[in-house]
Amino acid sequence: MDLDIDEASAAFRDEAREWLASHVRVLPSMDTAEGFTAHREWEAELAEARWSVVSWPAEYHGRDASMLQWLLFEEEYYAARAPGRVSQNGLFMLGPTLFAHGTQEQRDRILPPMARGEQVWAQAWSEPEAGSDIAALRSTAVRTDGGWLLSGQKTWSSRASFADRAFGLFRTDPSAQRHHGLTYFMADLRADGVTVRPIPQLDGEPGFAEIFFDDVFVPDADVIGEAGQGWKVAMTTANNERGLSLRSPGRFLAAASRLVDLWRAEGAPESTKDRVADAWISARAYQLYTFGTVSRLAEGGELGPESSVNKLFWSHLDVALHETALDVLGPAGETDEDWVNGYLFSLAGPIYGGTDQIQRNTIAERLLKLPREARR
Amino acid sequence: MRFQLSPEQRQFSATLHELLGGADTAAAARAWAAGEHDRGLKLWRALADAGVFGLLVAEADGGLGAGAADLVVAFEALGYHAVPGPLAESAAVAPALLTGHRLTSLAEGDLLATVVAPPEVPLALDADVAGVVLDLTGAQCAAETELVRSIDPARRLFRVPGATEAQSPAFDTGVLAVAAQLLGAGQWLLDTSVAYAKQRSQYGRAIGEYQAIKHLLADVVTGLELARPLLYGAAVAEGTFARDVSAAKVMAGDAAYLAARTALQVHGAIGYTAEHDLGLRLTKVRALAGAWGTGSFHRARVLR
Repeated sequence: MDLDIDEASAAFRDEAREWLASHVRVLPSMDTAEGFTAHREWEAELAEARWSVVSWPAEYHGRDASMLQWLLFEEEYYAARAPGRVSQNGLFMLGPTLFAHGTQEQRDRILPPMARGEQVWAQAWSEPEAGSDIAALRSTAVRTDGGWLLSGQKTWSSRASFADRAFGLFRTDPSAQRHHGLTYFMADLRADGVTVRPIPQLDGEPGFAEIFFDDVFVPDADVIGEAGQGWKVAMTTANNERGLSLRSPGRFLAAASRLVDLWRAEGAPESTKDRVADAWISARAYQLYTFGTVSRLAEGGELGPESSVNKLFWSHLDVALHETALDVLGPAGETDEDWVNGYLFSLAGPIYGGTDQIQRNTIAERLLKLPREARR
Repeated sequence: MRFQLSPEQRQFSATLHELLGGADTAAAARAWAAGEHDRGLKLWRALADAGVFGLLVAEADGGLGAGAADLVVAFEALGYHAVPGPLAESAAVAPALLTGHRLTSLAEGDLLATVVAPPEVPLALDADVAGVVLDLTGAQCAAETELVRSIDPARRLFRVPGATEAQSPAFDTGVLAVAAQLLGAGQWLLDTSVAYAKQRSQYGRAIGEYQAIKHLLADVVTGLELARPLLYGAAVAEGTFARDVSAAKVMAGDAAYLAARTALQVHGAIGYTAEHDLGLRLTKVRALAGAWGTGSFHRARVLR
């Protein structure tokens, strides 16, 4: 058992650190039109230097980086205070799904522009009546010549206000029970029959949107996996979202270190000492837990229900960390733009990608093997 | 980087669980609490044969010359089975304080050692049965003979006049062992609660089917699972041992305490009886959460 970083990975980390130090700049919020454009340019710049998708194969702009190297890159990325990733839904959810279930043609067509920020993807996941209950989805897709016609409504769709395309599940067999009869589609948000209505979030910016589909044509080439197998395909994506890819420890470690610095700068008040320490301890625990997962995966293990442990833990850590920062700041907390933005962002954690309650059910039923609750 | 237990460490853990699982450690702990040490000392001998007290003793002195990660493996098992005695004091701290034939005796299980390190460790655990009472400078102290009652009856504590204060790597190794013991106790509390929730019915259903119970236990899993890498990370960290040990103690203490409170809630009144083994861990977890440095002490060290 060791935490030693091999030479190649250490060199990789140093190269990333150096590049980030000379390129990182502050961008406006990606939830504005101007900020979205600026973030696209940043993605292109990352791709140009091949930092956009380090774990992907070289042919798709990646560096064939190991998971450890990817984690080290993420630590450097957030420590350098580099911008949030406008392409994250595509890169960390759709990308892995295509690697697992897509065709060669789909990978060749979709992944390169995604890696360069030319095509930004939104997730068309949630529906008004479904929420975390994917099996209750009502949007439909009906067979037509050479493809499908999509109808229905998706909501709380992150990035959809300014994104180019979206991916999500639609019901293709209305007679099938619950999660059977769902199919995984990619759709163009500028196609005929698509209406996007931006929804302002807590900070007032249109971070997500409703998407209305009215007989929107999608060719067969944009179905991922077999028709009717969308649920299985989606589970890959969900595990990626809850698991490692969307919330690598780098972000929390960087934020926890800033919190400790802030606390010291404010005179190390005893009243917040324990909570500041807990935030740092939790971020460190999450980092080491992830190192353990990566070591296990490197030996052929699989990411299973423990991704719910992961999500439950970091979503609480993120909220607690930011609450503590606002309390350390005292009356100045409500006006500190950086920490306020981080706090508002953290509040979404226990809700999206499966709520805390869904994660706890998964942990109890799949990890502890407690009996399933009777369902109507 | 290979942040995983080695096959040898897994085997060591399995061996200890097998040994302790068949040894009625609960009866030994209850007898120990009553001042009857025979069963506990027999257990001590078996643990010495398995190598527990020689882990941190050099091979030249009759030990195994193993590392802190092996110590964590052992103490998770000791905590899981509620083994009584000055375990951290003997296996984790004393190896750095003793030399020569006394060190060899310690590794072989012939010598029980106990340690005081005021103010974090003000009283000597099991000084009546230990062959030597040490402070962190390695000086031998004399303990008073009057027992000071602990919330955990199996922790028999004694005052030691004039012991000097000193913190050192030996102190930190003791903290690491206690943190691992806490985690092990927490894991037993979780496992036992899960088994009970599957078997006990109310209103016609296993109580583990209700979300109210599920969600409590899911939070316990999360706490324990995230505390464990902190322990092993501290064990193999270079240059940041004290800080990482403190982090591990804080989180293992909190996770184990949540496991204890949850276990009591899941079990209901039966868990509140002295007959049930739950109490052996519940009181030990509460005692160890404050022993070898409180949460506040260790949080301050993390921020130093």
